[in-house]
Amino acid sequence: MTATKAIVTSGSGDRAASRGSRDGRGRPGGQGIERRPGWLTYTLLGVFFVAGAYPLYWSFVVGSSDSSALTSTWPPLLPGGRFWQNVGEVFDTVPFWLALGNSIIVATVITVSVVVFSTLAGYAFAKLRFRGREGLMVFVIATLAVPTQLGIIPLFMLMKQFGWTGTLGAVIVPTLVTAFGVFFMRQYLVDVIPDELIEAARVDGASMISTFWHVGVPAARPAMAILGLFTFMTAWTDYLWPLLVAPQNPTLQVALSQLQSARYVDYSVVLAGAVLATLPLLILFVIAGKQLISGIMAGAVKG
Amino acid sequence: MTSTITPPTEAGAPEPRGRHPRKAARTTMRADLTPRQRLNRWDVKYSPYLYVAPFFVLFGLIGLFPLVYTFVVSLNDWNLLTGPGEWVGFQNFTDELQSPLFWNSLFNTFSIFLLSAVPQLIAAIVIAAVLDQNIRAKTFWRLSVILPYVVTPVAVTLIFSNIFGEKYGLINNLLTTFGADPVMWKTETLPSHLAIATMVNWRWTGYNALILLAAMQAVPRDVHEAAAIDGAGAVRRFFSVTIPSIRPTIIFVIITATIGGLQIFTEPKLFNATSSIPGGPQRQYQTTVLYLWDLAFNRQDFGKAAAVAWMLFIIVVAIGLINFWLSRRIAGVEARTSKRRTRRRLDAHAAARAEASAPTPEERA
Repeated sequence: MTATKAIVTSGSGDRAASRGSRDGRGRPGGQGIERRPGWLTYTLLGVFFVAGAYPLYWSFVVGSSDSSALTSTWPPLLPGGRFWQNVGEVFDTVPFWLALGNSIIVATVITVSVVVFSTLAGYAFAKLRFRGREGLMVFVIATLAVPTQLGIIPLFMLMKQFGWTGTLGAVIVPTLVTAFGVFFMRQYLVDVIPDELIEAARVDGASMISTFWHVGVPAARPAMAILGLFTFMTAWTDYLWPLLVAPQNPTLQVALSQLQSARYVDYSVVLAGAVLATLPLLILFVIAGKQLISGIMAGAVKG
Repeated sequence: MTSTITPPTEAGAPEPRGRHPRKAARTTMRADLTPRQRLNRWDVKYSPYLYVAPFFVLFGLIGLFPLVYTFVVSLNDWNLLTGPGEWVGFQNFTDELQSPLFWNSLFNTFSIFLLSAVPQLIAAIVIAAVLDQNIRAKTFWRLSVILPYVVTPVAVTLIFSNIFGEKYGLINNLLTTFGADPVMWKTETLPSHLAIATMVNWRWTGYNALILLAAMQAVPRDVHEAAAIDGAGAVRRFFSVTIPSIRPTIIFVIITATIGGLQIFTEPKLFNATSSIPGGPQRQYQTTVLYLWDLAFNRQDFGKAAAVAWMLFIIVVAIGLINFWLSRRIAGVEARTSKRRTRRRLDAHAAARAEASAPTPEERA
């Protein structure tokens, strides 16, 4: 190993070594290609950070001012003092609390349903033998790429037929299961549970369902959390379907969009609403940010 | 029916006992044991179906049936209010294929898709490469990159339709301050596509960067070190080692971006609230899903809307299949060549280790 390091530093590391000694951050000869990066890297990271955060900050600045903030030639840099006043106008224009409650109900029900049914089916596909297993799994994989959103016309007719339009049931039903969920749980469980563990439980006289409950579910818990997080996000951000079936009983996204459809649009109120509606997910981001990162990165490996 | 999970009572002790010659005992024991055995056998045999059934039943009802029924609707003259009219065969399809509005929506969809997918992919690879270094405060920088992902598309569109406002938008204010002409972001075709693509890019670039970062971290360090020994600098290593190794993930990102991008709806729907036609007064940025929406729920022509849905469905699936086929081919070729290349490099690496004092091995490839 020391030989490798020596070669790396003497071969390609010349430039790096000199740069490292100049800014004092790199460790010439210490870690080979794993040395600490220089100022350019941190400048780039800073640029990415500003590009991601500035539009949000700008929304807060405008959302806390009166509409004159928009007309000034230089963008205002500091928030004004009208945020709560603008928020009050948001509450007057749209049923914000109803919409927030609706979104929580919709996203929670969908998440529970997707996670439960995906775990059950994923466990069966990963660990149980049954006739037709391979064929059914191929079917699940094939439907991964099917844009089910394009079935909105018959779904809308059905909801109308059942008299469900305007209810949360109509918003919830079309996303109760996803092929991705089953695929994701199957991929996770196939490696993570040793067959011997299931056999041992069976030898001890456990029924199939209690084996699932005592062996499958504990092993599946990390993947269930990730799947739940992303299902919740997807349900929370959905706009097309709730707008179609329940505009008068809105979810948060639909209510937010209605801020803009008023005849006279006050953009500081619209942006105050946008900031306000982003807060729940920002809180989730602060609490579960690390899980979000590992979830996205795990999806890459599984995908 | 073979099973990895051997039911204990079936193969275990109770079975021989059931066949025991003593008659009286046998009958009572069979009455006592067989139902449990039978139950157990049923349990093993039918439980898997019970576990997968909820998914398939629900998916059939809410996923497959609507798609199939969309096709039925598309073959009829079907109105939102009056219901099914007469059977028209493929009339709706041929009508739409001759409709300039349909082609306009396809052009807009693909234009916005390309304007978002290409810069987004390049930016995501750059961000991933920067994050892949041995930086301080890793988690903080990763979090900062996916911050836009937690802003919902509706909020993103409200924010950016202000930033791109024609009269008082942030960008036009800056442009006029510097003496440039303001850009008509919501009136002209290409600027509006750029603005909508920017919204998509802002939300998704960091997300895709993290996916690519995960793939980059899975590249074995040995390969990098071997390349470094060969005298490859950081940039050369990036193009000759990193990019080829993460190609499957790049294709995965492209496929998901395609499936999502071709169904874009929220951003063009909310970009200009003052336009009564969804997608701009002259349909400058009316995407295909928006056109479908307009046909079905504003013009109440379910038949034509269903035909558009099916044509878009075919396009999405076809592009998915082409991507899949390409990725398998590339992955196959790539795996073979990279295996060879890696072996060569590792051999060289080992050789270099053996003669540590010797100079860096000369060109081999």
